[in-house]
Amino acid sequence: MRLTKFILSRLLAWFLTILVGITVVFFLQRMMPADPVEGMITKMTSMGTTLSPEEIENMRATLARQYGLEGSLFEQYLDTLKRLAHFDFGLSMTNYPTTVASMIAQALPYTLCLLLVTTILSWIIGNAIGLLAGFKKEKWYSKLMETISMCIYPIPYFMVALVIMILMAYVKRWFPLVPSFGEFAFSWEWLSKVIYNSFMPALSLMLVGTGWWIISMKALSSNVAEEEYVNYGRLKGLTEATIGYRYVFRNSILSQVTALALHIGGVFGGSLMCEITFSYPGVGQLINSAIYNSDYNLLTGVIFISIFAVATATLLIDLIYPLIDPRIRNS
Amino acid sequence: MNTGYKASFRQIWRSMSLRFKIGLCIVIAFIIIGFVVYLFSPGEVMTLSAYKKNQAPSWEHILGTNKQGQDIFWLLIESIHNSMMIGIVVAAAATAIGVFIGLLSGFVGGAVDRVIMFLCDSIIVIPSLPILILMGSMLKGRASLMMIAGILIIFNWPWPARQARSMALTIREREFINTARFSGENLFKIVCVEILPHVLSWSMANFVNTILVAIGSEASLAVLGLSSTTTPTLGNMIYWARQYQAIMLKQWIWIGSPVLATAVLFIGLFLTYTGYNEYVAKKRGR
Repeated sequence: MRLTKFILSRLLAWFLTILVGITVVFFLQRMMPADPVEGMITKMTSMGTTLSPEEIENMRATLARQYGLEGSLFEQYLDTLKRLAHFDFGLSMTNYPTTVASMIAQALPYTLCLLLVTTILSWIIGNAIGLLAGFKKEKWYSKLMETISMCIYPIPYFMVALVIMILMAYVKRWFPLVPSFGEFAFSWEWLSKVIYNSFMPALSLMLVGTGWWIISMKALSSNVAEEEYVNYGRLKGLTEATIGYRYVFRNSILSQVTALALHIGGVFGGSLMCEITFSYPGVGQLINSAIYNSDYNLLTGVIFISIFAVATATLLIDLIYPLIDPRIRNS
Repeated sequence: MNTGYKASFRQIWRSMSLRFKIGLCIVIAFIIIGFVVYLFSPGEVMTLSAYKKNQAPSWEHILGTNKQGQDIFWLLIESIHNSMMIGIVVAAAATAIGVFIGLLSGFVGGAVDRVIMFLCDSIIVIPSLPILILMGSMLKGRASLMMIAGILIIFNWPWPARQARSMALTIREREFINTARFSGENLFKIVCVEILPHVLSWSMANFVNTILVAIGSEASLAVLGLSSTTTPTLGNMIYWARQYQAIMLKQWIWIGSPVLATAVLFIGLFLTYTGYNEYVAKKRGR
């Protein structure tokens, strides 16, 4: 009964978060002193297309419909909600008449794979190292690991990405500057090509990500390691490994799961920057081309998907939580 | 009097961890660079072809000049100044707003509290970078830095608000609050006089951390050309260096100096943040 209530409240929070996200985006967009319709027309006329006044009027109406700018503000808002509920983002202006939804569907798997692999790997590696560094905090390797992560974690993703790119693709030509993935094929060659081409973006995401998990896990586990029950365990004659796993690890990993849920948004933003830097063919690349071509439908679609994906990831982690914390499961 | 200050200063310095000291030194160095050295800037650092192009470092141009005929050293100084201004403005405003709303929310309680906390949770979960990108691209590089700062404040107040609220909830139950309330103080005055000092040390830490977040967000936007393209900031400098193919031309100082400056500044801020937290925790433990 309590579990049902827990799940329902999480679902409600998930739904409301997405709603707040859309609302913030919608109103910030309307508050901006820039008119996408006029911008598009100026762009077309400046590129040499001559249009008669009637054509411009027609164009204005079409663009307004395309961008969902018809009717009063409240009507526009309801209309936006209705369209987004069906994942209908309209047509892309750059790749007219491809729908934005299909462009996103093509790019999203790349982003999700990159994110999923790097986030999970760096979470596991970071927590393992952090646990060791916190549990054995007097050892030299613990101090070394902490110092290294302290020097990498605070640097923004795109700078780490830029440095890696300069070192590994310009100075040493180990990896291609622009990745090419080729046609999807179910073979080892294709898979190894994908891994080879996404190595640099994955490395930059993991360097920053792992640094953070090491730092926070070290802080958590060194606190737990000083608790009375850890001392008691030692006096009882338990081995260090048992204490490390049963007492320190299990108690400190809980906050790390919650922290993962809170950090997904930041990690997502970092991966966008990373994809843009490495021209990786994911959602970040879509954002880049949407910015370059002032493709607002594409941009709004990608941003909605970002909010949706991050909120859903947070929801999933929240739902996993009772599985690992017996206190919530049993009460 | 003077010696008294000196002695207590020395005492504080000695009780600080190495990490805190290194961080603080880096941050102070950057404050001197960004706000004192900056005063000697010749101005108009963005002007194209002000000097001979592609010069190697010399006494006249400490870091040389770039392909656009700009003096890299003064460009860097001005960038550091603007980036730090953005960081400080956003961090001060976001921390102040967040702490105030959080304290109020914790004290008032009830429906107000629930609505505010729900808003906080949503804004924390919503990825801020895509939304910033949307705003930036609608403004097409015409955004003023203050506008970017305003949007950054919207995304950075919920963290301090959450923290301050949970602090308010524990402080609320303490005896001296009841004493103040029964002696007829109003809520606003209680929050300002009795509560704020308790939250201050945490707010300081949050302030430092938010500077880091704000400079980083602006730099991310600027690297995409979505912040103000005419005001030099650390990200903006990287943006122009990349636009003009500094990497292909191997003008490492042009693109390397803002990257290095950002990295060192961020490590300094982060060390100060964690070092200060440790310092406060140790003092409390004593």
